[in-house]
Amino acid sequence: MSKAHSSAVHTPSDRLTFHLAEEHHPESSTLLGFWIYLMSDCLLFAGLFATYGVLGRAYAGGPTGAELFDLPTVALNTAFLLCSSITYGMAMIAVQEERKQQTLMWLGITGLFGLGFIGLELKEFTHLILEGNGPQRSAFLSSFFTLVGTHGLHVTCGIIWLVTLMTQVSRRGLNAVTKRRLMCLSLFWHFLDVIWIGVFSFVYLIGAM
Amino acid sequence: MGEHATAHADHGGGGFHVTRKDYVTGFLLAGALTAIPFWLVMTHAVTNPTVLGFVVMILAAVQVVVHMIYFLHMNSKSEQGWTLLALLFTGLLLGIVLSGSMWVMHHLQTNMMPVSAEQMRQAP
Repeated sequence: MSKAHSSAVHTPSDRLTFHLAEEHHPESSTLLGFWIYLMSDCLLFAGLFATYGVLGRAYAGGPTGAELFDLPTVALNTAFLLCSSITYGMAMIAVQEERKQQTLMWLGITGLFGLGFIGLELKEFTHLILEGNGPQRSAFLSSFFTLVGTHGLHVTCGIIWLVTLMTQVSRRGLNAVTKRRLMCLSLFWHFLDVIWIGVFSFVYLIGAM
Repeated sequence: MGEHATAHADHGGGGFHVTRKDYVTGFLLAGALTAIPFWLVMTHAVTNPTVLGFVVMILAAVQVVVHMIYFLHMNSKSEQGWTLLALLFTGLLLGIVLSGSMWVMHHLQTNMMPVSAEQMRQAP
């Protein structure tokens, strides 16, 4: 795709003068900057994953992952997040086709999947805490709540951002600014799904064995 | 496709261009790569936990690549390769942080085994 894009933009004479003659791409540098933010966020999660990796078997006589994790709920949660990824993709396609109403509809569906995910996660957390298996129970549960909670917090922020952008799109329409913001959120949203792959594999599936 | 891309580049909204096909392919692949490990663990299809853990982590790694290509539209061309370079550098740091932590903490734990009550009494 992008090959077709660049070959369409740069004619052979442009290529001789390298990047000096290129047209200005402000949204590109925003995306690169946002990507670098995501990479730094990735390192934050790496630290939390490493913490969980070290403390994940320190049960302190408390319950183990196999006793606590309810895999069907986790599977449903994973499905919610994966579906929200493709509905966000559909929203981006609607943006590309300049269809405002369709964009808003797909963004709304994405938000609902996100809310479903957060709802299920909060239900799981309340259940654990009410049974006395809160973060203070063992090192395993401390690191579990920190890792999964940080991811949940990111998704919550993503939903707030999504609602903000839906308001902006419905008021101002699809202009260069809202499009750029939607693209940043697209990266953020898909990035959270990538982190969730690590969470459900490393924490839930391996913990439940 | 080239005409289509140019038309959208003029609007100034395009950092990357997406197609339905990309998303549907990515979604189907990711769905399969999610369903397989869940099925393996939930039905206890593989009894050896080491093998099962290994398979789950491999499938997760493949799924991360699928997401990167089809959802995050990673390629070596975007931003003259800077996004890919940032990703690879993060991957390197990730490897150091994760394997380094596990390695150091594992050695720390094996070299500082908990002291028994008997040993504690004999300690000077």
